[in-house]
Amino acid sequence: MTALLTKRIRTVSEKPWIWAFLGAFLVWLATILFTGGTGAGEILSAALAFATFSVIVGIGQMYVITLGPGNVDLSIPATMTFAGAVSMKIMDSQDVMILPGLVIALICGLLVGIFNYGLIRALRIPPIIATLSSSFLVQSCAIAYGRGIKIKPPELLADFTTTKIAGFPILAFCVVLLAVVMSVVLHRTVFGRSVHAIGQNARAAELAGVKVDIIRLATYVQSAVLAGLCGYLLSGFSGGASLNMGAEYLLASIAVVVIGGTSVAGGFANLPGIWGAALFMFLLVTMLNTFGLSAGIRLLLTGVIIVGVITLAGGRRE
Amino acid sequence: MSTFLPSPRLLRSLLPAFSLTVILIAIFYLQPRAMSYFGLNLLLNLALPIAFATLAQMCVITVNDLDLGIGAFVGFVACVGATWLNEAPLLGAAVLLLCILAYAALGALIHLRNLPSIVVTLGMSFFWLGLALLVLPTPGGKAPDWVRAAMTFKAPGLPATIYASALVAFVVHLALMRSSYGTVLRGVGGNPRSVARAGWSILKAKMTMYALAGFFGVLSGISLIGLTTSADANIALRYTLLSIAGVILGGGEFVGGRISPVGAVLGAMTLTLAGSFLSFLKISPDWQIGAQGAILIIVLALRVVINRTGAK
Repeated sequence: MTALLTKRIRTVSEKPWIWAFLGAFLVWLATILFTGGTGAGEILSAALAFATFSVIVGIGQMYVITLGPGNVDLSIPATMTFAGAVSMKIMDSQDVMILPGLVIALICGLLVGIFNYGLIRALRIPPIIATLSSSFLVQSCAIAYGRGIKIKPPELLADFTTTKIAGFPILAFCVVLLAVVMSVVLHRTVFGRSVHAIGQNARAAELAGVKVDIIRLATYVQSAVLAGLCGYLLSGFSGGASLNMGAEYLLASIAVVVIGGTSVAGGFANLPGIWGAALFMFLLVTMLNTFGLSAGIRLLLTGVIIVGVITLAGGRRE
Repeated sequence: MSTFLPSPRLLRSLLPAFSLTVILIAIFYLQPRAMSYFGLNLLLNLALPIAFATLAQMCVITVNDLDLGIGAFVGFVACVGATWLNEAPLLGAAVLLLCILAYAALGALIHLRNLPSIVVTLGMSFFWLGLALLVLPTPGGKAPDWVRAAMTFKAPGLPATIYASALVAFVVHLALMRSSYGTVLRGVGGNPRSVARAGWSILKAKMTMYALAGFFGVLSGISLIGLTTSADANIALRYTLLSIAGVILGGGEFVGGRISPVGAVLGAMTLTLAGSFLSFLKISPDWQIGAQGAILIIVLALRVVINRTGAK
């Protein structure tokens, strides 16, 4: 009986994602100990609501990072802003335009994704530089297009993104479903297995008949489309698009992937960890705010903890 | 046919100088009054801090990493420079020395734990920004007089910025491109395994390059406050992207330790001028970032064309 239990514990502790959830739990515990138990539920509920957006872009980023060293999508913040600004303008606060707005946001993502991979292929430059250069262009488009206007999202969309049932946001529920689906895609489909294979050894994958170009294109497009979706939902959630709404998601999208237990060197992805890491990141900021620290100390501690956690989580795995 | 063309390698190394010349001619054409000592001085005023930041970024890129925290770091140095370095020079200098050591330690951490430099340096950008806010919560402070004097020095003939940039480019070129240890350092970016097999310590090389990056970051922050006279925690955040763009414009590759210090300085100057050029063209500020992206893509595309002609 005890042997079985220890074995069970060992199998669980070998799952890399467990650490992210454990970290989130500890940070949450520290916060409510400080407040004396008040607001424990509200904090958790808010964490679920905000973590949702990091999870959406984190999933896209995770697929990209799994493609192997050097693969990363730095255009996510710009794409989010662009898709958010364009879809808000098209919808013009009308409920009937919700679906066309969504389609437009996804198309924005699709175009950026194709452009990104086009640059990587045509100019033969590392994805970091390609996505960085294209993010300059996309950000400018967003600034020029969404200049000085603050359009409210359609009421129905705002309701959908902010409604909670017994403290559990509907949107978070949808994104948990999305995570499950993407997890199945990752481990059970040809596409997901190909992404893994390319990340482990691109040359071997190619020789084994994996269509490397198409898979990589699909991965970059997927990341940009998810960023578009995230921009659309986040605009609905926060009462409209703003020009710096994507800024914090540059760090968030990469950090949730790494903290969540996905290998930085590529080839090994881990989806559940993204949720744990996203909760951890939000709860961390909440904790530092609750402690009533000055902005300087808060930023400083955020930096130290992120670097510390990544050092622990993202180290070399044999 | 191809024998009449210069080698692609030569063409590539001329590309940064070519970009700079094109943009200078365009500016002089649009605004002939810029063609004077005073005009050039105004145009290139901010080139030196950007050139130092670009060199810092280049050092990190040499070992196949990327520093997304250099802007925040330069901002922190500026804050220290405008407060402690002015009031208690010894303390200020000690803090700046510690910063360089911190950068070396960062290089060691990234190498030993095999961490992605993007995430670590992005995390560090919060750290530097937080520290900067603690040192200088509201914009202000005062640059030390000697820094101010050095940065406003009026050189004969050409603006002092041009002499200083040329000197820095030359020194770094000698150190990284002509010295034997410089070759090893670049080799770490090219083929770390073979460098390690040959008996060199990759850890030491990475720490050296990160320490150099910290050193140039310090120079960037100090020269910046010499121009602005006061500091602000957010003063240099845009330097992160500018420095990466500068290295690309200067002909640096992002893998393989293929870098060019002279090119990086020229790239930084081109970027400094690009801002003025766009406003002379009366392009709306909305498109400024986009135009920088477009310039990058055009230069990278030109490079591909040159490589293609070389391959034929």
